[in-house]
Amino acid sequence: MSVMDQDSGMFKVQQTIGSVLCCKCGVPMPPNAANMCVNCLRSEVDITEGLQKSIQIFYCPECGCYLQPPKTWIKAQWESKELLTFCIKRLKNLNKVKLKNAEFVWTEPHSKRIKVKITVQAEVLNGAVLEQSYPVEYTVRDNLCESCSRFQANPDQWVASVQLRQHVSHRRTFFYLEQLILKHDAASRAIRIQQVDQGIDFFFGNKSHANSFVEFLRKVVPIEYRQDQQLVSHDVKSSLYNYKYTYSVKICPVCREDLICLPSKVASGLGNLGPLVVCTKVSDSITLLDPRTLRCAFLDARQYWRSGFRSALTSRQLVKYFVFDVEPPVGEATVGGQKYALSYVQIARESDIGKMFYVQTYLGHILKPGDQALGYDIYGANVNDDEMEKYRLSVRNGLPEAILIKKCYDEQREKKKGKPRRFTTKKLPMEMDESRGSRVDPEKMENEYEEFLRDLEENPELRFNISLYKNKDYQDSETASMTDGEGAPSVPIEELLAELELSEEEDDDNEEDMDE
Amino acid sequence: MATRLQFENNVEVGVFSKLTNAYCLVAIGDSENFYSAFQSELAGVIPIVKTDIGGIRSIGSLCAGNKNGLLVPHTTTDQELQHLRNSLPDQVVVQRIDERLSALGNCIACNDHVALAHPDLEKETEEIIADVLGVEVFRQTIAEKILVGSYCALSNRGGIVHPHTSVEDLNELSTLLQVPLVAGTVNRSDVVGAGIAVNDWTAFCGSDTTATELSVIDSIFKLRQAQPSSIVDEMRKSLIDTYV
Repeated sequence: MSVMDQDSGMFKVQQTIGSVLCCKCGVPMPPNAANMCVNCLRSEVDITEGLQKSIQIFYCPECGCYLQPPKTWIKAQWESKELLTFCIKRLKNLNKVKLKNAEFVWTEPHSKRIKVKITVQAEVLNGAVLEQSYPVEYTVRDNLCESCSRFQANPDQWVASVQLRQHVSHRRTFFYLEQLILKHDAASRAIRIQQVDQGIDFFFGNKSHANSFVEFLRKVVPIEYRQDQQLVSHDVKSSLYNYKYTYSVKICPVCREDLICLPSKVASGLGNLGPLVVCTKVSDSITLLDPRTLRCAFLDARQYWRSGFRSALTSRQLVKYFVFDVEPPVGEATVGGQKYALSYVQIARESDIGKMFYVQTYLGHILKPGDQALGYDIYGANVNDDEMEKYRLSVRNGLPEAILIKKCYDEQREKKKGKPRRFTTKKLPMEMDESRGSRVDPEKMENEYEEFLRDLEENPELRFNISLYKNKDYQDSETASMTDGEGAPSVPIEELLAELELSEEEDDDNEEDMDE
Repeated sequence: MATRLQFENNVEVGVFSKLTNAYCLVAIGDSENFYSAFQSELAGVIPIVKTDIGGIRSIGSLCAGNKNGLLVPHTTTDQELQHLRNSLPDQVVVQRIDERLSALGNCIACNDHVALAHPDLEKETEEIIADVLGVEVFRQTIAEKILVGSYCALSNRGGIVHPHTSVEDLNELSTLLQVPLVAGTVNRSDVVGAGIAVNDWTAFCGSDTTATELSVIDSIFKLRQAQPSSIVDEMRKSLIDTYV
């Protein structure tokens, strides 16, 4: 019965609380500050007096948002946590009492009524704290929000558009850009995306959205743009002018793996970089590599557009070569993370094996005798470029007969032909431009996309900014290229993301838990 | 049967009156209602004296007494002391004591046999209490409250204490005081001593007292069967043992 209090060494008698009679109804109860049992106290004092019990809220049936006056629309699901928070926020005077608990009471969605049971605590009569729950009824009224009503009036309404163009014959840049945009969610606010010949059009509801999209583009590719506006309407009384804004964005036409003959001014400006250069990387600036000296130069958008030179030969004109002999490298360099080794090789074109060439290449570190490589055939090509002609005439020894660009993995790819890749990519929701009589051949598009995917596999630095997702259909076969050192390069599994899937049942379960 | 009344709209009856088995003190109010309520119950049985103590009307808090004596604080004026001595019966000793805690009614709860005292009362005062009132004095607290006079209403037949008193404390007090005790409320409040004026056959409590509380008071102080004459009858029964 008695307990030794170890802290103070005092002898403490155990105290049991007796019971007294409630002063109103006489039922025995433990003593409390109000000296009344809970029921009597509840009948005496109503702490919910003065609190709002019924209120009206507005709901937009198109987008599923609720109005928080004066102008904000909050998206919330039926009986979700956001809706509960919103409902409680709409109640006035709730700061006078302490909110203990709130939960939804089931109502038929058609009834347009939401019932919330709220439990509050407040102090009454000399310090006794009383808890009481009461229901609040919300009447839901339908009211289209401004954006939905504007959309209803004219569904094709856009305020700003970005017309993205690149005047080259392939769409590689746009495939890459598509993946970048998806990864950074840059086009999430676009109303419409339309694919056109040599470009893509993006339509936005807001000028600032278009502006931020252009800023995003400026950071990832070298662009030049101009902005124009067109008057749509004019309110004379308040002097409000409504415009449609258009951004005309041009992407630099120089792409990766292009062969360029620099104009003499640009070449001397870059420190006498040999006028024949290969473009190795395009991000917000262009990287140019001189294949003879292994020197790199960087041109950002402004510098490029000052001279505006075009490529002499593009990747369409790459030709397959057989490599017969590779000499040990005479020089090595590492530029921008990439290793290059300068060496002499003996090569011949696949189409004309008899004719051997002895050229210098910067791929000395990866080429071995018996390999295949892709390069530009300057000896046999008829290049339509003024700078190239000028250079050809000025140089004593003549131009290099061939410039090798990359190693070719076609043989190894033959083995994997038809098998699905380990990774998949996502696509932007684009509309095709039907109006201009389709110049776009679907088969050509597929081939280009296939080449783009091959590019991704071969170049890890291209994958850097992109999210690739695991392909569920892919099965690891025994003849996987991981074991085969000579196999075609593929994306290692560590770089792949698993796709996030939310099933319907999981969502419902979560919601039920929250309500309780 | 307990009576409900008010002193000038204030329900704390125990503060404005002092009721014992031999006399009754009431405060002077502007109207005669308070006094006449006491008179209707007690007229002719015991003397009812209207007084102030030191000019203050809350006499129940300031003085403590039983049928043997009355203790008043040092703030009592000589006239008031004389008035009390004149009005009260001769066997009641009126004594003015010099005590720092001058609200004796709040500090002392007593009946005719035993008294509870504030733990900080001086030794001298304790002796005077034992002497004048003829009681055994115990220094106690009630539910950790030191103002025992305010939180305990005591008569020779029973007592009410503060409602938060634990069961062990209640047992202990009951053993000390030798009367049945109950933890309860008066005027719906915790301050039971200040809310009720009680003696062996009658009680007066504030008008806020609920019916439940009244029934508790009636049962613990055994007021239902108590009439002044019945006490005398009982005494007669015990005195006379044989009929000739």
